[in-house]
Amino acid sequence: MSGFREPGGGNDARSRLLPLKGSFMGTSATDAATTEPANAQQARRSMAPSSGIGRQQERLGWLLVLPSVIVVLAVAIYPLLESFRLSFTNYRITRPDRMRYVGLENYRQLMQDDVFWTALKNTIIFTVSSVALETVLGMAVALVIHSQFRGRGFVRTSILVPWAIPTVVSSLLWQWMFNDRYGVINSILIRVGLQDKTDNFSWISSPTTAMGAVVAVDVWKTTPFMALLLLAGLQVIPSDVYEASYVDGASKWQQFWQITLPLLKPALLVALIFRTMDSFRVFDMIFVLKAYATETMTVAIYAQQQLIATGRVGYGSALAVVIFLCIAVMVIGYTRLIRVEEI
Amino acid sequence: MATSTSTSARTAPRPTITASDEELERIRASYKRKNSTNVTSIIGRVAFWVLVVVVVIYTLFPFYWAIVSSLTPTNDLYVTPVRFWPQSLTFDHYRDVFKNGTFVRALINSTIVSFGVVILALFFGIIGAYALGRLKFRGKTIILYLILSMTMFPGVAILGSLFQLMKDLRTFNTLQGLIIVYLTFTLPFTVWVLANFFRAMPDELEQAALVDGATPIRALREILLPLAVPGIVTTGLLAFISAWSEFLFARSFTIDDRAKTVQVAIAGFTGNQQFEQPFAIKMAAAVVVTLPLLVGVLLVQRRIIAGLTAGAIKG
Repeated sequence: MSGFREPGGGNDARSRLLPLKGSFMGTSATDAATTEPANAQQARRSMAPSSGIGRQQERLGWLLVLPSVIVVLAVAIYPLLESFRLSFTNYRITRPDRMRYVGLENYRQLMQDDVFWTALKNTIIFTVSSVALETVLGMAVALVIHSQFRGRGFVRTSILVPWAIPTVVSSLLWQWMFNDRYGVINSILIRVGLQDKTDNFSWISSPTTAMGAVVAVDVWKTTPFMALLLLAGLQVIPSDVYEASYVDGASKWQQFWQITLPLLKPALLVALIFRTMDSFRVFDMIFVLKAYATETMTVAIYAQQQLIATGRVGYGSALAVVIFLCIAVMVIGYTRLIRVEEI
Repeated sequence: MATSTSTSARTAPRPTITASDEELERIRASYKRKNSTNVTSIIGRVAFWVLVVVVVIYTLFPFYWAIVSSLTPTNDLYVTPVRFWPQSLTFDHYRDVFKNGTFVRALINSTIVSFGVVILALFFGIIGAYALGRLKFRGKTIILYLILSMTMFPGVAILGSLFQLMKDLRTFNTLQGLIIVYLTFTLPFTVWVLANFFRAMPDELEQAALVDGATPIRALREILLPLAVPGIVTTGLLAFISAWSEFLFARSFTIDDRAKTVQVAIAGFTGNQQFEQPFAIKMAAAVVVTLPLLVGVLLVQRRIIAGLTAGAIKG
C-alpha cells in the first residue's frame, strides 16, 4: 500500500510516513487487493488517460469530493473563522445586544489572567509528564508484543482494551480504584505497608496528588495507542540488521540503542506528534474527575468554562484561538524536525 | 530514509558479506539459541515473562475490577480490605441501571447519534475517498491537505462559534445538531483512511468495466465497493467508537434528556439523590457503555490495529 505521492507533497511528514503504516497494513494479509507493488501502480497511473476521459474525471472528481469539502467548510473552517472574529468582540451570551468589537482587548486581558497562566502551566505539566511516561511504557509494551512468544495474540488483544474504553468510562474506573475508603489502590498500599491503615488518602481530591492521579489515568488509557504506533515502526525494521549486529557481537542493550531506536525514529516522531497534540487539548478525562478545579484546570477546560459555563464567548474565543495556534505551531514544528532529520 | 535502504539491502546482493547459506543458517540458529543457554539469559526470560504478566494485568485489571464491582452485592462492595474475587454475584446493579430513565434515554440518544454520524461520514467519505484515491482532478492535493489537517483539528477551537451557530439554527440540544457537529472529527478521518484504502486497490479492477462503457460511479458501486467492505466496516467502527465516546461537544451542546448522550449521563452520576450506592451502579453503567465497543473491537481487531495507525485517531 503506497502513500499519496502528490506533486509537491513529497516533503510532507505524513505523506512520507504513510509507507510505514502501509507495510504494517500489509502484514494483516487479509485482502489480496493490497499486494500489488506500489511502483507498478505508480507507473500505470503516469500513463495519463486521453483528454476526454481526463475532463470527465475532472468534473466527476470534484462532484464526488464536493459534499465532504462543503461539510468541512461548514462545520470546521467557517466556525474557526468565526472563533477568530468573536475573539475580537466582548460578546457575552447574557448580553447579545451589547456586543461590539474591542480589538485585542481579550488577548491583553488573557495575558494578565492568572487562571490562564495556571491552566497553561498545568497543561504543559500534564502533557510533558503523560507523553513521556506513555512513550517509555509504550516502548516497553511494543518491544514485548513484537517478540515471539506463546500467547502474544492474547497480549496484543488485551492492550486494545484500554484504548477501546471511552475516556469518560476510564475516568470512572480509576475514580473508583482511587476511592479513599474502599478503593483498590489504597487497599493494596495498606496491605504492602506503604500506607497507614487509618489514613484514607484521597488521591484525586488532594490538590497535591490530583495531577499525578490524572496523569496515571491518561497514561493507562493512551499507552496502548503509543505501543501500537511503535509496533508498526518495529515491524518494518528487517531482522537481518539484528542478525548482522549479533555476528558483530552487539549486546541486546547496544542493539536497542544503536539499531532499534534510530530506525524507530520516524514512528516515534509521529506518535509523539499525535500524543502531544491530544494531551495539549485534554478535556474529558480531567473534567470528569475534577471538573473546573484549579489544580488540574487545563487550557481546554478553562476555554470550555468561559465559552459555555459562564458564557463569555468573546474572551473564551480568544483562549480557543490561542489553543488552536499552539497546536498549529506544534504541527509545523514537528514537520520541520522530521524534514531536517531526513528520515 | 533508513528503512528503505535496509529494505533494498535485503534484495540487492551484498558486497561485503560472503558467508554461505549454511554459515548464515548456523549464525541464525545460534542467534535464536542464545537466550536459552546461560544463566543470565534464564534471568532474562523470567524477567520477560514477568513483564508480560505485568502488561496484561495493567491493561486488563481496571475493566476487570469494574465488572467485579458491578456484580458485587452492595454490602460486600464496601469492605476493607477489598476482595479481588466476588464472594457472591448479583445483577441488581444492572437492573437499577436499566430502570434509570435518564440513562436508558441517553443510551438511545447515543445509538441514534453514533449510527447517524457513521452513516453520513461513510457515505460522504466513500464517494469523496473514491475521487481522491482513484480519479485525477485539479486541486486534489489541496483537498488532501485540508482533509489531513482536519484529522488533527482541536474541537475546543470551534466550541464557542458552534454553540452560537447551533443556537441560531435551533439545533442546540438536539440529536441532529450533535450528528452534524460530530462530522467535524469523523468525516476527515473516514475520507482519509478510505482514500488510502481505495488507492491501494489495483487499477485493473474497474478498468475492464470502464472499457465496457460503465460509468465510474457504476464501477465504484459494483466492483470496488464489494471488495472494500472489510475496510469500510473497520473505518465505520472506528468512527462509531469516536462518536460514541465523544464528550466535549456532548457536554457543551446538550442540557437535558432529549439529547444527552451516554457519556454525559454517566459522567453526571453523582449518586445520593437517585442512587443509594453510586459506585456499583456507575461500574454497571460503565460496563454497559463499553461492552458494545469491546465486542466490535475484538471482532475486527487486526484491522483495527492497522486502521488506528493509519488515521491516528484520538485514543
